[in-house]
Amino acid sequence: MSATRVRDPERNSGAVWRVLQVISGIGALWLLVPMLIVIPMSFTGSRSYRFPPESWSFRWYENIVTDDRWLSALGTSLLIAVIVAVVATTLGTAAALGLSRIRIRGAQVLNGLFLSPMILPVVIIGVAVYLVFLNFRLVNSPGGMVLAHTVLATPYVVVAVAASLRGFDTTLERAGASLGAAPLRVFLSVTLPIIRPGVLAGALFAFIASFDELVVSIFLVGPSVRTLPVQMFTSVAQESDPTVAAVSTILMVSTAIILLLVVLAQRSEPRRAP
Amino acid sequence: MATRYRGIEHPLRGGWLLVPALAFLAVFFVYPLAMLITRSFTEFRETEAGVGPFGNYLWFFANDANVTILVRTFTTALIVTAVTVLVAYPYAYVMTRVSARWRMVLLAIVLLTFWTSLMVRNYAWLILFQRNGLLNALLASVGLGPVEILGTLPAVVIGMSQILLPFMLLPLYASLSSIDRGLVLAAQSLGARPSVAFLRVYLPLSAPGVAAGGLLVFVLALGFYITPAVLGSPQNSLFSQLIVTQVSDLLAWGRGGAMAVVLFLVTVAMLGLFWLISNRRELPSPLRARGGRS
Repeated sequence: MSATRVRDPERNSGAVWRVLQVISGIGALWLLVPMLIVIPMSFTGSRSYRFPPESWSFRWYENIVTDDRWLSALGTSLLIAVIVAVVATTLGTAAALGLSRIRIRGAQVLNGLFLSPMILPVVIIGVAVYLVFLNFRLVNSPGGMVLAHTVLATPYVVVAVAASLRGFDTTLERAGASLGAAPLRVFLSVTLPIIRPGVLAGALFAFIASFDELVVSIFLVGPSVRTLPVQMFTSVAQESDPTVAAVSTILMVSTAIILLLVVLAQRSEPRRAP
Repeated sequence: MATRYRGIEHPLRGGWLLVPALAFLAVFFVYPLAMLITRSFTEFRETEAGVGPFGNYLWFFANDANVTILVRTFTTALIVTAVTVLVAYPYAYVMTRVSARWRMVLLAIVLLTFWTSLMVRNYAWLILFQRNGLLNALLASVGLGPVEILGTLPAVVIGMSQILLPFMLLPLYASLSSIDRGLVLAAQSLGARPSVAFLRVYLPLSAPGVAAGGLLVFVLALGFYITPAVLGSPQNSLFSQLIVTQVSDLLAWGRGGAMAVVLFLVTVAMLGLFWLISNRRELPSPLRARGGRS
């Protein structure tokens, strides 16, 4: 009851706070350490995962360049991810615009349908797509891989664009149209500049969704299409090959750089009037 | 003029914008799922032929090994969800209470993990758990070990929890950072001990964030395939691996399809349960009425 019992909760102190700090520290280490381990491992001199490595070398990085399985897998993954990003961004942006404009009872159901590839266990999608693509001759084909990845990537675009459309003032579009602009012109010079951050974020998500996809890809790979995650997965399953550590290090550094660029871009993004 | 204006009132109006995406999903998503479900009722191995359309489902539930794996997958997903809540709650809470600089560091760690390739993270654990890897080197330095953790269920749980932790942390942090600290202060100034103020005020306000993150982690964990394949062993495989084995190795589309339907129904049941609970939470309460404002 007494007033002295009320501690100042704005001060971080006491045993409880220490415990929380320790748990957070463990959480941070748990997130980071496994990934950081990969970096020294990529410079090991021997073909083993002994830690710490007994000798050092660049041979696994050389291996990426000289063994064309790795470079071709990287090229395939990049190409597929770029195409998927373009297709999924087009489909997803149109869908998000459409969803924001219709006022019918089924809008919620449609929304659920668009998001379901993101929520459904991906192995189910993989098996189902594999079953049908076998008949369509889309297994072991880059086109089949693009189609399957687009199914998985489109929901991310819908979510990102829908978020940027929240609070969007359609009066602006009407103003543009009343001044005589054709619908496409209205979209390009009024709507798109305003929702651009959402569209770009969606495109980035779609690219990563494809570039990182593994489960569905395992079903669809073959001699003529092999993506980087699949190459890593099969390599890990068959032998202890530190080339995977070198590839992982390159991927992590790229991720960190892209993340940094996105943060910087968001900071410099000029604030637009809604 | 008025009619002309009405004509251009919604320059991009209309559902036609939905058509390309709908058509695409219909052909490459809905149709494959429908085909798979159909197969589960029409394609049988010799042993189930003539049992009726539910033959594959009867086979699934009559087979002890299948049920064991289903239960194991459920248990694993529950443990993973519990572990992520126990780590994410303090982590997200500390994030709301430290300086902006520390908050950035803690957030950057989560985001970097979140965006790093899934295969890289699984591979990282594989290296760490090696017999002559870092874990055993650390254990040896304090006079313990070595342990053979690779290929065991604990290895799978540790890896899965770390991979799914950001899915718990991000919604939970959003939820915790929107809680009005004044409510906890008010409870304490009215005589509640800090622990009571936490349990009666802060915890209920954070429940929606925990539920949202928990559901996401649980549903994703149910369908995990890569982590148990890399860190586990065939003796403790999870449900997704069972489906892949049936389809890829045995080409048993009927059985595989039936298993996919079971996994699908479990996932939908979880989402439905969450929807029911979260709707019930809309019941008015004096705290919620204020909490929603801040």
